[in-house]
Amino acid sequence: MSDLLFHIFALLSVACALGVVFNKNAVASALCFLLSLVGVAGLFVLLDAFLLAVLLVLVYAGAVVALFLFIIMLLDMQGGDRKRFTKATILSSTVAAGLLVTGLVSFASHGLVETADPATVKVVGSSLRAYAEQLFTVYLLPVQIVGFLLLIAMLGVIVLSKKFEGLEDVK
Amino acid sequence: MFDFYFELPLLLRLLLQGTVVILVLFPLAAACSMAERKISAWIQGRPGPNRTKPPLAGFLAPLGLVASIPVLGTLLQKLGIFQLAADGGKFTFKEDPVPGHVNKFYFILAPIASMIPALSTVAFVPFGAYFNAAGELVPVALAHVDVGLLAVFALGSLGVYSLILAGWASNSKYPFLGGVRASAQLISYELSMTLSVLPVFLWVNAPGGQGTLSLFEVVQSQSQPGFWGGTWYVMTMPVSAFIFLIALFAETNRQPFDMPESEADLVGGFHTEYGAFKWSLFFVAEYAHMIVGSGIFCLLFLGGWNPLPWVSLADTIHALANILPCVSTPLFMGLIAIGIFLGKVGFFIFFFMWVRWTLPRFRYDQVMTLGWKKLLPLSIANLIVYALGIAWLQTR
Repeated sequence: MSDLLFHIFALLSVACALGVVFNKNAVASALCFLLSLVGVAGLFVLLDAFLLAVLLVLVYAGAVVALFLFIIMLLDMQGGDRKRFTKATILSSTVAAGLLVTGLVSFASHGLVETADPATVKVVGSSLRAYAEQLFTVYLLPVQIVGFLLLIAMLGVIVLSKKFEGLEDVK
Repeated sequence: MFDFYFELPLLLRLLLQGTVVILVLFPLAAACSMAERKISAWIQGRPGPNRTKPPLAGFLAPLGLVASIPVLGTLLQKLGIFQLAADGGKFTFKEDPVPGHVNKFYFILAPIASMIPALSTVAFVPFGAYFNAAGELVPVALAHVDVGLLAVFALGSLGVYSLILAGWASNSKYPFLGGVRASAQLISYELSMTLSVLPVFLWVNAPGGQGTLSLFEVVQSQSQPGFWGGTWYVMTMPVSAFIFLIALFAETNRQPFDMPESEADLVGGFHTEYGAFKWSLFFVAEYAHMIVGSGIFCLLFLGGWNPLPWVSLADTIHALANILPCVSTPLFMGLIAIGIFLGKVGFFIFFFMWVRWTLPRFRYDQVMTLGWKKLLPLSIANLIVYALGIAWLQTR
């Protein structure tokens, strides 16, 4: 049962992720992204990480994609004609794809990934308490740093997009 | 009595339960549209729909139709009950044209997409409780999960896509503006709504617990013995309840916040190009969101299925069982609990309509100012004050 569900959700998220890239219509791409996120949330549920699944739907599917759609509609983006590939683009993308494949193959064949016995792995994502404890002890610093980075990015966007005419505007 | 039911496979049982809940919610949401017409008429001092009766009711009298019973039939006719069936028939059989300039796929997808979140959020709402064989209180809910409230918020937040899609796919000016307004408004008020319920869960998750966001546990914590155990959270956290209620109005697009629709400046907003059955689906979805939202409010702040503050459902059932022993059976107790809960929800549906026909609509900039400059700071301040207060009280 859960194998079947895994295949359904995995197929959904991968197929929709491809849809995001290949759709010419920006709104259709955003909706594919939405479905892809729902698929990933389903995978989280199968891993018993209910909180993560719900937060993914709440934050990304519920708010971020809605903002994407808002911007797409506000700017009235039409897919437009795609530029033809130049020789430099073809060359660099072939090299990049080759590097990616090499990396994945070497990781799969020679990678030293220690897979612990599933029975001994401590489940930290299932109960709210365990999740919060990890968040406020082990991962406190990374979370704060990521939050700080996001704040800086937000400030940067505001500074770049707002036109400052005189000293008065800065104040 | 119900052993045969529990012997069915789990999947089939869940399917049956889900179908039953949808079969109750869908007509209830449709009935709300009737109630809205009747209540608006009452508030405005007109009779409202009071003429409709089943066709040929006079001739079919010997068949014992309800409408032909002398007093009751007239009363039902005056209440407009048959108008509901007439409206349903009209929406189903009316011609449903699709305008030529729309994006057809998304135009048809939008009303369907509106039903999915509207009917699936109810799965996480417990609407009653009963004593099982071991004497423990068990919630009546489709899915009793630990992340209950967040799941409702997550699924409910997907409801905005149908409005955006409808506005965008209609490919004309006013629906488009309605769709854009919907997306901005829903994101703005979601923040205040989520922040406003945090004090409740700070209080419910006292130190030492495993941590829960379950709505059932919230009701349980409002049905404890003693003065503070039995108070409803609307009394101890009135500001939270107030912010949540306002955000609920905005999230369900009800007046005075019905920006996506506002027929005065946007013709009909996102559903301008829609008619017949597709249009009615949008409305059933809106009322279903209202019902679920009212249910969440009752569970969080009004003690859920407890009849009165300081009087829990368990006490009531024990008291009643002395007179009528059969009420403590799971079936009766569940029905009583659901009845109390639906009574509170019904009052809130009435409150929604009362506000709609009393207050004028906000301007769009007023909605945004209220959301970002007033409600959000208020909810953050409320959270900080309650976090400090709860930390002081619970560690004493």
